[in-house]
Amino acid sequence: MSYRVSAWPLLGALFLAWANPLPAEAARQVIEIRDMAFGKAPAGLKAGDTILWKNMDMFRHTATDRKGSFDLDLAPGAQGEITLRDPGVLEVICRYHPNMVLRLTIRKAD
Amino acid sequence: MLKRLIFAALLLSPSMALAQSQKPNDAQIAHIAYTAGVLDISAAKQALAKSSSAEVKAFAGEMVRDHQAVNDKALALVKKLNVTPEDNATSQALSKAAATKLAELGKLSGAAYDRAYVENEVAYHKTVNGALKDTLIPDSQNAELKSLLQTGLSLFTAHQQHAEHLAMSLAK
Repeated sequence: MSYRVSAWPLLGALFLAWANPLPAEAARQVIEIRDMAFGKAPAGLKAGDTILWKNMDMFRHTATDRKGSFDLDLAPGAQGEITLRDPGVLEVICRYHPNMVLRLTIRKAD
Repeated sequence: MLKRLIFAALLLSPSMALAQSQKPNDAQIAHIAYTAGVLDISAAKQALAKSSSAEVKAFAGEMVRDHQAVNDKALALVKKLNVTPEDNATSQALSKAAATKLAELGKLSGAAYDRAYVENEVAYHKTVNGALKDTLIPDSQNAELKSLLQTGLSLFTAHQQHAEHLAMSLAK
């Protein structure tokens, strides 16, 4: 009896691992836009992570992948989230303020 | 370059009431900063009407949107502080120079207009940046006004860079 009960958590864990292909440790990062600049690029970004972009400025900005994988239009005070799909280097710009540039380095998911 | 010097000289002329001996007060500083924004918005509206370049129009649209945003905050702040912005010699000199420039630009068209507008935007933002850094920010007393002026400086600096890049691409 005690053997049977203790086996359930293990079976449950196996089922979850099978049903959810995303790595369990995908992280959620935040990048604030403030004073006409993107905040620092978070260290250790990997495919599958999400980034929440928060526009703390009184100005409208965008967070736009130069290659086009995402383009968030952020009104003052607005925020928006994206998921990093692929490993590589992304150059993020603000379409309205071309001097705003942020480079993100994304490694493979574990 | 000569125009820029004249413009800078206008702004910093010792004959003007605010220069040297007399530091501007917060009500005057608010007026100068607000006026600088309004003048850039007028120039941008002219560009939106006259230019046929997508890049120049995008830049002008950015000027209207950003300066309107900061001026809206400035109006809210002076209301909150119960300060009435006070007209002064610097605001008047800025307005006069801008009106002359607007008339001059109005006579141009096509690529010549685009280049002249963007070149003037570089010079204008440079001048206002200098005034913010050297006079308006250090002389402002109220902390909230100072902070708003610092935001204005980040904005004008970014706009100056954008204008410089645009000027280079138009010169090609």
